[in-house]
Amino acid sequence: MYEQIASNKRKTFLLIFGAILLLGAVGYVLGLFYANSGLVGLVGAVALALVMSLVSFFSGDRIVLASTRAKEVTPQEQPRLHNIVEGLSIAAGIPKPRVYLVPEQAPNAFATGRNPEHSSIAVTEGLLATMNRVELEGVIGHELSHVVDRDILVGTIVATLIGAVVLISEFFMRSWWWGGFRGRRGGDSGGGGAEAIVFAVGLVLLVLAPIIGQIVRLAVSRQREFLADAQGAMLTRYPPGLASALRKIAASSGIPMRSANNATAHLWLNQPSRVQGEGMGPLEKLFSTHPPIEERIRRLEEM
Amino acid sequence: MPLWVWIVVILVALLLLGAVLVYNRLVALRARVNNGWSQIDVQLRRRYDLIPNLVKTVQGYASHEREVFENVTQARSRAIDANAVPDQADAENQVTRGLRQLMAVAENYPELKANENFLALQEELTGTESKIAFARQFYNDQVMRLNTLIGSFPSNVIARTFGFQTREFFDIEDPVRAPSEVDFPG
Repeated sequence: MYEQIASNKRKTFLLIFGAILLLGAVGYVLGLFYANSGLVGLVGAVALALVMSLVSFFSGDRIVLASTRAKEVTPQEQPRLHNIVEGLSIAAGIPKPRVYLVPEQAPNAFATGRNPEHSSIAVTEGLLATMNRVELEGVIGHELSHVVDRDILVGTIVATLIGAVVLISEFFMRSWWWGGFRGRRGGDSGGGGAEAIVFAVGLVLLVLAPIIGQIVRLAVSRQREFLADAQGAMLTRYPPGLASALRKIAASSGIPMRSANNATAHLWLNQPSRVQGEGMGPLEKLFSTHPPIEERIRRLEEM
Repeated sequence: MPLWVWIVVILVALLLLGAVLVYNRLVALRARVNNGWSQIDVQLRRRYDLIPNLVKTVQGYASHEREVFENVTQARSRAIDANAVPDQADAENQVTRGLRQLMAVAENYPELKANENFLALQEELTGTESKIAFARQFYNDQVMRLNTLIGSFPSNVIARTFGFQTREFFDIEDPVRAPSEVDFPG
């Protein structure tokens, strides 16, 4: 378990380093095109990357919670949920995380934060409505294991950085479309080469952003979900609880989640579906953020 | 300096480093065991606080079940006075049995089961009892680790030198953790 924590810390640094490199490259090209100096863009982008990494370290959890429209709940509003979170935190030997409710009907949950002292657990309204106490304990046990293993820091930083990369590549494409395509056409005869570069880089970035998302999801790997399942079961000492919860989640996979997007998909207990009745193609299975739910249930039942 | 002096110096340094690491591990585990015990204590106290309220609420509907009320109230005061770990465990088992009787009585009164106050108390009791179970789980895990370290070689040498002592497990009956076949709705 301690090796797991150490390896997570290493992976976090690698991920941030990779993201800074990528942003630096983007900045260089942007600077070349807009300010005729690649260095200006490079410095600007690296500064931006540093600020962003710091921001996601200190408030990534708040950004993620806000993007899912989660609201903090008090023990008076949700006594059962709070009791379960507090009990399992005692079993795991960590401080009690803050408890949030997400206004979604699909049963799901996630944990975020930078360490056990600064962590939050969010569950959807659908989860509270469909799960009994034992199943809820299974789900919370799984999420608390992510907190104990520091998976949440990797997950949260990844969510913020991917969000930024997607944002910048989109901005880039649009500015090329409106600024470059219409404005730069006439007059500037030497602009053709630069335009071609910008076009190429913009395209590459658009292709890269989702691929980086996939790489990162492999870092926040499927294996780690199995590990959290197993550790969660060790906390509750009752694997069938989580198994039964996963079965209910599988049964309600048709309910879409409005607030789910690519940047936060890997954080949830089970991969959220965005479209009603969205099916899994073979490619999607290969690159999915979570192992198949049937496989997780089978392993829990074998414990 | 000749080579053998260097070798001796390095060996001694390594030994010292190992001793320091083991000592720190022992201190950390002892702190976690103490922390685990105080967690149990907090939850047990919470349960003591709940009992008078529960008794009063059930009494309002089932005043003639005096024996049950006396049992649980007596068990509670015995548990509050208990000191050593095994005594405490015994007394808590009495409290658990008393509470089980009390809740069984409540089962016979549909009006009581619909009482909002009673429902809130019931959730508090279930929550507190599962927290007692979880706190016990954490405490016993840490005691096991500490006792293993104190018992095994070579850490036992350091444990003995600095007077670290093995601790006792807290063994009580599981009030709510026993998995039931019944699927509680909601």
